[in-house]
Amino acid sequence: MRALAWQAGAVALVLALLVVLVVQTAANLRLRGLASGFGFLGRATGFEISASPLAYSPRDSYARALAVGLLNTVRVALLAIVLATALGLVLGIARLSRVRIVATLARAYVEVVRNTPLLLQLLFWYSLSQALPGPRDALRPLPGVFLCIRGLHLPGLAWHGGTRWLVAAAGALAIVVGLLRGISRRQRDRAGRALPTARLAAGAAAVLLVGAIAAGHPAVTLDRPALMRFGFEGGMSLTPEFAALLIGLSTNTAAFIGEIVRGGILAVDRGQTEAAAALGMSRARVLRLVVLPQALRVALPPTTTQYLNLTKNSSLAVAIGYPDLMSIADTTLNQTGQAVEVIALVMTVYLALSLVIALLMSAAEP
Amino acid sequence: MIALRNVSKWYGEFQVLQDVSLSVARGERIVICGPSGSGKSTMLRCINRLERHQQGSIVVAGVELTDDQRRIDAVRRDVGMVFQQFNLFPHLTVLENCALAPIWVRRMPKREAEALAMHYLARVRIPDQAGKYPGQLSGGQQQRVAIARSLCMSPRIMLFDEPTSALDPEMVKEVLDTMVSLAEEGMTMLCVTHEMGFARQVADRVVFMDAGRIVEAGEPRAFFDAPQHERTRLFLGQVLH
Amino acid sequence: MRSRRDRAGAAATAVVAACLGYLGFRFLQWGVVHAHWALPPGAASSLCRASRGQGACWAVVHERFRFILLGAYPYEQQWRPALACLLFVALYAASAVRACWRPWLLGLWIGVPAVAVLLLRGGWLGLAAVPSDAWGGLPLTFLLSTVGFAAAIPPAVGLALGRRSRMPAIRVLSIAYIELLRGVPLITFLFMAALMFPLFVPQGLAVANVLRAQVAFVMVIAAYLAEVVRAGLQAVPAGQYEAAASMGLRYWPATLLVVLPQALRIMIPALVNTFIAFFKDTSLVAVIGLFDLLGAAKAVIVDPQWVGFGVEVYLFVAAVYFAFCYAVSRYTHHLETALAAGGRR
Repeated sequence: MRALAWQAGAVALVLALLVVLVVQTAANLRLRGLASGFGFLGRATGFEISASPLAYSPRDSYARALAVGLLNTVRVALLAIVLATALGLVLGIARLSRVRIVATLARAYVEVVRNTPLLLQLLFWYSLSQALPGPRDALRPLPGVFLCIRGLHLPGLAWHGGTRWLVAAAGALAIVVGLLRGISRRQRDRAGRALPTARLAAGAAAVLLVGAIAAGHPAVTLDRPALMRFGFEGGMSLTPEFAALLIGLSTNTAAFIGEIVRGGILAVDRGQTEAAAALGMSRARVLRLVVLPQALRVALPPTTTQYLNLTKNSSLAVAIGYPDLMSIADTTLNQTGQAVEVIALVMTVYLALSLVIALLMSAAEP
Repeated sequence: MIALRNVSKWYGEFQVLQDVSLSVARGERIVICGPSGSGKSTMLRCINRLERHQQGSIVVAGVELTDDQRRIDAVRRDVGMVFQQFNLFPHLTVLENCALAPIWVRRMPKREAEALAMHYLARVRIPDQAGKYPGQLSGGQQQRVAIARSLCMSPRIMLFDEPTSALDPEMVKEVLDTMVSLAEEGMTMLCVTHEMGFARQVADRVVFMDAGRIVEAGEPRAFFDAPQHERTRLFLGQVLH
Repeated sequence: MRSRRDRAGAAATAVVAACLGYLGFRFLQWGVVHAHWALPPGAASSLCRASRGQGACWAVVHERFRFILLGAYPYEQQWRPALACLLFVALYAASAVRACWRPWLLGLWIGVPAVAVLLLRGGWLGLAAVPSDAWGGLPLTFLLSTVGFAAAIPPAVGLALGRRSRMPAIRVLSIAYIELLRGVPLITFLFMAALMFPLFVPQGLAVANVLRAQVAFVMVIAAYLAEVVRAGLQAVPAGQYEAAASMGLRYWPATLLVVLPQALRIMIPALVNTFIAFFKDTSLVAVIGLFDLLGAAKAVIVDPQWVGFGVEVYLFVAAVYFAFCYAVSRYTHHLETALAAGGRR
């Protein structure tokens, strides 16, 4: 009975607080003559978005602009997750390397990244990009690649004709590789020797590629960025904002993932490594077949947390001008003045994103 | 003093206590033994409501145990428990461990509670350790402090849940001696233990439990020398070697 | 007799060392040899600008370090924020010494921020009043993180206990709060604080920007700390709960006297790590217009005189953050080993 009283009291308190808040907010909004409701979503925005995966013009609605922002968020978050995981794996293993200088370098990297704020790192990368020369004096680290203050310009690939044949070839290759692996495994179980799957697959790929080209004449041209009057055109380009955000997020999260991987590897009982070594396995094989599978199982939950953090941290794009969800929401907010609706919307979307990622990762758990 | 009538308990699908009935009179000393998993600890823990029984009734010192928190508090004030893992509070000194409950449950003034604690610490023969922390004491000393801590609440019944099982062999005797002297003073005791020598010396009744049931109960002499059930004989054969 | 592995290791070392050496050389050329450390009196930043790309312009730090470190505080009164910084550092140092882990330390955690606020605000004892909009730099960073952390602990304990409660309504409310505040980006919450808090209070009650950010921090830190406290509570052995219950101790006395003290000891390293994380996160207030350490740095390079020297300024600020955070993380590491080995007090 006491328990019921406590609970009733708590719920009543929370409800009372919410009611007071809502009433006060409504009153203040009325006083200031600010609009309410989500009607603004249908109005035209009037602003440009510098990088958009969808077709977008200033005549489009706020709803569309926010959708573009969401796509940009997903794009940068996904790419950053992939890069961070790859770099994190390398870092984690490097920290445990026997080559002292490699281990120390990895440690220094992790310590520097973990003990400085992420926002600072993002601003640093952005400042670095702003210190690059103009298009005329762009840096050329590789042939066809240009690095300048406007961004990174890479040669892109343009397909002309015969794409269908290429897709068919890719499909056939996938089937061939699958068959090869199945046969190879049976061979290994029966006779102890595996087929050289990699070499066979490469050969099959070459054959299929030549066949596709001969049959359908797909022409692939390299679309090189070329210096025009106002900058580079053609090819693929990454804006400095996107590049800074991507590099900042990946390098930052990689440090944390590296520590998680290291922790996971260390968590695997030493006896496992000793037993495998006693069986004559090389250190690389021990790592790949015995230690890493067990380590990754331990490392999965904290890595999920890091992916969630990365997605939330991508909202810092608002500080360097990359048009992600948060940035566009900020602009929308400033133009319409409807802070309550916009922020509530944005928070809900990020919560939903977190939920999706958490669900995906729990499905990946063994 | 204690009356268990047709008590049953389930952990999910698994029935850990099957229709257990037991009566304990005032001043009686009962030793409960049996193989692991037989439900003896569970039965003990039901008596002071550390575990909830689903069927049957448990009456302790005239109070029937239900979900009513006031009844549970009343029972716990009269029943003291000593655990296998001692469970002393590591962040408090020995004296503070003993005085905690009298101060906060019986609302005794601090000085009185501390005097009471010192009295019982002397009773278990370690008054000089009063200012130390549990981590600084040996296992046998810690368990004796645990006994003193329970005694500070002036319980009418003492429950012992395998009090010596976690001790190194050389420290078992000092704890058993303490328990014997308690018994000699007339304390009502229920003790789950494997120490058969203690049972022979002190118990008024020995109860053998297996698979959630009381298989056999009787006076120590009859129990040890002429067990009636086959399972009892099997168990005694394994334990008394 | 060198094995193949040793030779591979030596080769790798040589290659990496060579790369490091080359990069280090280039960095030293830029950062030390060709760098401008200060501007001669009367000279403009064009001196620095001329050697952009070749030499670092540390002059921007030399000229503007007062603003970066202490914000827009009036020049003659700058001893006050400096003193506040010293007080905070003293507080952290005192908290680090195990001999000081007594109840009066809690009083210190309340007292020092209070004194710091009074110092910064002024308006008494002959000190000139300085509005909170002018507070900035390191004192603001210290203030936001310390007050945020200290004020968040009581609600965090409440939330953690609520989450473990057997009463469903309390549990649901606790989980809802914790998951909601941990699931949204901190920056959205700061935006909410900056833009919406004025809407939540009656018209006429002006809420300073700093206060809005502070409340937002307390609310978010409480959610994250609640999880730390919960882990600590779970780590207390079940036997402790049972012993307390068997003696007749009810829920609140048992929790306050037996469980929480033990849980606190267990979770100290996690507590310190959370503090460090939020110390870095205070930099986010730069996005809502407050001039904490990072915000002030950002403001410096918006100045037309110093546009384009972001790298130098940010390296300087990074060094300050790194010095503090690395020191504390080393301390935590030391603490973890000490606590594991020594055990109790």
